[in-house]
Amino acid sequence: MNSAAGQTPAVSLHSITKRFPGVLANNDISLDIHAGEVHALLGENGAGKSTLISILAGMQQPDAGHIEIEGVRVKIHSPRESLRLQIGTVFQHVVLVHSLTVIENLMLGGAWWRIHDRKTALARLRDISELLGVKIEPDVPVGRLSLGQQQQVEIIRALWHGGKVLVLDEPTSMLTPQGVDELGALMRRLAGQGVAIVFITHKLREAYAFGDRISVLRQGKLVGDILPEHLDDMDEEQATNEIIQLMFKSAVHGAESAEAEIFLREGQERHKRGVINKSGPPVISLEHVSTRAEPGECALHDIGFSVMPGEVFGIAGVDGNGQKHLAEVIAGQRPVLSGCIKVSGELTTDADVPARRRLGVRYITDERLGEGTVGGHSVATNLVLKGIGAPPFWRFFVTIWQRIFRHAREIIVAHDVRTPSEHTPLARLSGGNIQKVLLAREISINASVVVFNKPTYGLDIHNTRLARDRIVKAAASGIATIVISTELDELLELSDRIGVIFNGEMSGIVENRAGAESEIGRLMTGAKAA
Amino acid sequence: MGGLLTEVFIASLLFGAVTVGIPLLLAGLGEQISEKSGVLNIGIEGMMLMGAYGGFVAAYYTESFWFGFLAGGFLGMAVAFLMVLFCVLLSMNQIVIGIALTIGAEGLTALLHHFQFSRTYPRMPEVPTLDIPGLQNIPVIGPAFFERHPLVYLSILLVVFVAWIFRRTQIGLNLQAAGDKPAALDAAGVNVKLTRACAVLTTGFLAGIGGAFMANVGAGLFVPHMTHGAGFIGIVLAMLARGKPLWVLLGAALFGSSLALTTALQVAGLNIPTDVVQMLPFAMVIVVLILFARHSYLPPALGLPYHRGER
Repeated sequence: MNSAAGQTPAVSLHSITKRFPGVLANNDISLDIHAGEVHALLGENGAGKSTLISILAGMQQPDAGHIEIEGVRVKIHSPRESLRLQIGTVFQHVVLVHSLTVIENLMLGGAWWRIHDRKTALARLRDISELLGVKIEPDVPVGRLSLGQQQQVEIIRALWHGGKVLVLDEPTSMLTPQGVDELGALMRRLAGQGVAIVFITHKLREAYAFGDRISVLRQGKLVGDILPEHLDDMDEEQATNEIIQLMFKSAVHGAESAEAEIFLREGQERHKRGVINKSGPPVISLEHVSTRAEPGECALHDIGFSVMPGEVFGIAGVDGNGQKHLAEVIAGQRPVLSGCIKVSGELTTDADVPARRRLGVRYITDERLGEGTVGGHSVATNLVLKGIGAPPFWRFFVTIWQRIFRHAREIIVAHDVRTPSEHTPLARLSGGNIQKVLLAREISINASVVVFNKPTYGLDIHNTRLARDRIVKAAASGIATIVISTELDELLELSDRIGVIFNGEMSGIVENRAGAESEIGRLMTGAKAA
Repeated sequence: MGGLLTEVFIASLLFGAVTVGIPLLLAGLGEQISEKSGVLNIGIEGMMLMGAYGGFVAAYYTESFWFGFLAGGFLGMAVAFLMVLFCVLLSMNQIVIGIALTIGAEGLTALLHHFQFSRTYPRMPEVPTLDIPGLQNIPVIGPAFFERHPLVYLSILLVVFVAWIFRRTQIGLNLQAAGDKPAALDAAGVNVKLTRACAVLTTGFLAGIGGAFMANVGAGLFVPHMTHGAGFIGIVLAMLARGKPLWVLLGAALFGSSLALTTALQVAGLNIPTDVVQMLPFAMVIVVLILFARHSYLPPALGLPYHRGER
């Protein structure tokens, strides 16, 4: 770990400011990135991390401020310029062409009038994969690689034009726990070769484990740094406290210190609840359920599990392994190819959505504004969306608006939905408040089974906490709760049991107790349960 | 039906199939290039029609077939430029603009033709041919394939050339990336809009030449609305070909021969109502679509304008 104090930084950002309509995404951020270091950039969703790196990648132009590369002032006006300056970026979402092979993807961006030069490209690939210590088949279409492998291809591409600086935007969000460790080792190896690495994450633990230097962003501002010489002397708990200090040192309001409190608790404890009575019949059970394969979607094969009343059953797995189909099959939105689904002992395999709702099946989708709600309609309308035409809000096909509005006002107070009024179009609310509306609608009366699909996706810490508390409360009231999530920490915190889904199959079901994490990680890569 | 398999019938069928098939081939190849880059070019019918008119006028006054094709190509490109402006640069809806361009070109060519020639329909002189020695003497096949205008041979060679571009060159990679995952191309430092613009302009050029061929070689004159859906058949060919130029050639041959049936049947002296026969190619489109459309492959970003930062 060669500290680079006194040396010219590989990249330095000077007072970068970027404004979007209504948001100050980056507010006067100055940052030095040094060669041979992993610089962890920590912050919540919406803290301005992604904007900052898209400026480095030439995708956005700053409104004010400038960038220096090794002391020379530059203007990065296009992605091409960024590559020329040897800044390679791995974006949060994979940007590879699935229909092209690995080597073809890597050759993209070569001189356009050329016949492609496979030989040179293959040699380059060999060099970089040696440097990284990974092995990639050059002639496999990228679409057939696992997400972890795709990410390796992206890292290779980022280093393709000479790696002075490597920016990784939330690279761990798609990976299994083992994959995260491998990525960590890879970053260390690259830093050892003198590459300056910017590692963006919202997970404290990863920032501490992999970073030589940590910078914390909050609401578009750089609120503090921990220098390498400092970080070396700290153990994990000290570092965590230091970061919390940085993040919330301006905390004068009660809400913010409460947030700090929440952040501390984050992922560190599991919910302790009463013992679940397992002698009775399960509320919901799936037996040998399969669905029809559709292009671009992962179908289910022979899925089976059951959930007791009051139990939280977590579904872990890397995104795109059949989670969507599973949720829709339970909700009744997707036909089953074979197998059966029972709710409270009743066979509901072929029941439609309203019939299942009568049995108490509720589904909280991950597409909050897509299939969950109608963004252009008012909060009040959205709250009764699933009961259109039914009493008490409709009588003889006539809408009784007074009742709908009263109902909405009650919900808004009871669930602390922050909205100007019940008439406000839902899409104007923040993600957290939209989720509150959705939760209020779905977990109202008579719910017996609730499926949560990525319930905290895109929410800030405060609303994440609220949503998780809501899930725990639902389970405590005797509802059989199914939580689908790609955040393993979330499942470890909430669940009683965790089923792991891989390639549309249930690769195993694990009791959530100490040590479950490594077993789940193994299952997430497709290894069968022992 | 004994007259069906006579030499006269087959010879005229094959000859007609090549004549009608070449514009379809050019349109299909052009459309394929556009679609590969992510632009659904519905305006291709309009590009062909402009090419047909411009190609005819240029060839008629200069008395040069080559000059006619060139003029047709550039006029097709001019219509394509509008498509680039509205759909690629200004991100407007490709279907709406495509239909507007087609209808606009129909009206404009009819109007211009009326001003220029009033109600007369002057004809082009006989088509000069490049005869391939030896092969031209084969009965039936010779006159259909080896006594043709050089553009026919060039068009067939173009299939191989485009296939080579797709498979072996940087341009081919860029086109495919622009249609499949434009963000990846952008991240690789290549201008997505410029790539698409070039693809659409190429489409316009090829479609324009196709139109000019239709007017000057196929009909020997210009009649308003003469492309008669050829551009749309080109779109179908491109979709069914799944990015493979050779399949466009096969499709063009298939549709070309079914379109040529009308004349061939008349030559053979068969008394089937022409309306029924003229329906054939379109019935064929439906049948082929039912059989193969389930396997058609479209680039994921087809029809979607690219905005940086949205992915």
